[in-house]
Amino acid sequence: MSESARTPLSPRERRQEGQGREAAVPAVRGDDLRRYLPALEPDRRLTDWGRSDWVEEALDKTLVDFLYRYWFRADVEGIENVPSAGGALLVSNHAGALPPDATMIAKAISEEHPHPRPLNITVEHFFKGYPGLSMLLPKVGAVAAHPANVHRLLYDEEQLVLVFPEGRKGTEKLYKDRYRLRRFGRGGFVEAAMRARVPIVPVSVVGAEEAAPVFAQMGLLKRLTGLLYVPLTPTFPHLGPLGMLGYLPAKFKLRFLAPIYFDEANLHNDGALVQTVAHEVRARIQESLLDMLSTRRSVWFG
Amino acid sequence: MRSRRFLITGLSNYWGGRLARALEADPGVEAIVGVDNEEPSVELERTEYVKVGNQHGLLRRVVEAAEIDTVVDTRLVVDSAVTAERLAHENNVIGTMNILAACGERGCVKKFVFKSSTHFYGANQDDPAFFDEAMGRPHPPRTAIERDILEAEASVAEFADRNPGVSVSVLRFANVLGPDVDTSHIDFFGLPAVPMILGFDPRYQFVHEDDVVHALEHVVQNELPGVFNVAADGVLALSEVAGLLGKPYAPVLPPWGTALAASVVRRLGVDIPSEMLTQLRFGRGVDNRRLKAAGFHYGYTSREAVIALGEHMRLHPLLRSEVEPYRYEREVEEFLRRSPNVRNARPTKVQAGAGPGPPAPPVDHYDHLSAEEIISLLGSLERIDLEALREYEAGHRGRDDVVGAIESLLARSAPAG
Repeated sequence: MSESARTPLSPRERRQEGQGREAAVPAVRGDDLRRYLPALEPDRRLTDWGRSDWVEEALDKTLVDFLYRYWFRADVEGIENVPSAGGALLVSNHAGALPPDATMIAKAISEEHPHPRPLNITVEHFFKGYPGLSMLLPKVGAVAAHPANVHRLLYDEEQLVLVFPEGRKGTEKLYKDRYRLRRFGRGGFVEAAMRARVPIVPVSVVGAEEAAPVFAQMGLLKRLTGLLYVPLTPTFPHLGPLGMLGYLPAKFKLRFLAPIYFDEANLHNDGALVQTVAHEVRARIQESLLDMLSTRRSVWFG
Repeated sequence: MRSRRFLITGLSNYWGGRLARALEADPGVEAIVGVDNEEPSVELERTEYVKVGNQHGLLRRVVEAAEIDTVVDTRLVVDSAVTAERLAHENNVIGTMNILAACGERGCVKKFVFKSSTHFYGANQDDPAFFDEAMGRPHPPRTAIERDILEAEASVAEFADRNPGVSVSVLRFANVLGPDVDTSHIDFFGLPAVPMILGFDPRYQFVHEDDVVHALEHVVQNELPGVFNVAADGVLALSEVAGLLGKPYAPVLPPWGTALAASVVRRLGVDIPSEMLTQLRFGRGVDNRRLKAAGFHYGYTSREAVIALGEHMRLHPLLRSEVEPYRYEREVEEFLRRSPNVRNARPTKVQAGAGPGPPAPPVDHYDHLSAEEIISLLGSLERIDLEALREYEAGHRGRDDVVGAIESLLARSAPAG
């Protein structure tokens, strides 16, 4: 099992050999198909994406709630910037080994928001091919970061989606580079939001870097296990696989920044604008991170 | 254009047979010719069976002689457990080319409907969660049957390009479930426990066998060129499918070396074709909204299709021996269709499924009476009966003198003012 390349969140149709001539028989296009979305079947415990309320609740009661309240003692600012209805794309910084930031953002919305909503977390395609993770991740709201998936969630189903534009570059980053944002992909996330005409809500998270610090990457072990990355953390690998969950009790601070709206159609075709907005989002998150860090007196007590 | 004269390929397979039956019930259909190299497996009333393989010369003669306007190609093999790889290739790729050759180049054919499969998209790690019709597969196919399907669809697409006058519809069906079809997946779900690959819980979308036939009918009766996914609402996880069938699931296939394990399982008598292995690992969902937007309504959701299959599986061992299977006998069919001695056609099931038929006329033996006799009877009828009779006559023989007489009586008895 080799690792897959990071899938860009870009609308460019990836034309590859073996795709056949599927475009020659054109499908009926350009109509709004949102009203033909399948109805929810009340007897089902899973959604069409494979998300399971039951698994999520079980995990929440046993682990997530404890981490959120007592271990990381999360502080949340600006939750009102997350819209109560309609699609929105949350963009956050991402770091640490097996980072808890996505779970904490989802938990913050379900705890603090006046209209709690499920959050869909985009993850790499890699996880769909890895036994165990492939089974578990969709159940707790992880979705492969495919442009079509993001568009369907944002535009058709009007849901909240969380992306980490740094992707693997963020999680591979070592402790000494903490809170310095990597490149924000190729701006695919901006295109996705523009195409779906939903706002981008930048999110800055402080604490994840210290909760799961990465001191080194172990290339040999990575090759042997076929995993995306194998970090050296305070508890991993010497405490076994569960050591990946050995988070240090750093104080978590989450700040939701003011949304950026895209009201005009077809903005996503403007490559220069996409890049400008991507830089702007990155700059806002970086600025907010530095602001939060400058007032932080202790890593553990905030 | 209204389709009136049909050619159905693959008449002897389940889909060809069921579609022919459904079309027989439509009085607007003038002729149905079914071709195949095996004999039909369902009882047909007025469909003409012609034993011909994929030779395009012969097919062309049949098409031209019968002035076929619509060809429905239901012949594609989408399950590699059904037949040998070489035969499947022969049927899927060469067969499709030959049938297209028989239809093309300024012939009488105005519509071509092709039954394909969502195996077109394959199942891969970097798939979208819902394929829509315009998406291609991210990687070239690795299994023979998927290569065949891509090649067959490519030749259909090329045919559509070259013949702008022909309306070409391609239907890509998801995994079919139902009591009467036989697929590798249904055999698989029939096992005492549903085997899974350890650590994977793939997403599955199904379509009920009745919806397959209805979708083919829908496309035949409407002008819907293009590609359509046909898959019921709802994408289920395989563990959910096992739960609905009331069976435990057994993660017995290892995540690494799965193909090797599958070949061992094959020795034990459970055939897991290679295209099914990728589906068991990665699963597949498709966007079914385009066909819904074209006016089609599914009778079953994926969940309901699985439940229906589960019920059938429980009853099947009890009912198995009750119905004698149909056998095609050429001489009997010839006699029933052609002989002047046949007075009562076989018990007709024409109206089954086509909604309630027209009400019986309010006069006994109406159909055996002559026009004069009917007109002499009219005076004794109530107004409401007269109206019913007018409907019936207009819908059946439509004799002008009878309708005229009824109408004059109705006009006379109309309430004054």
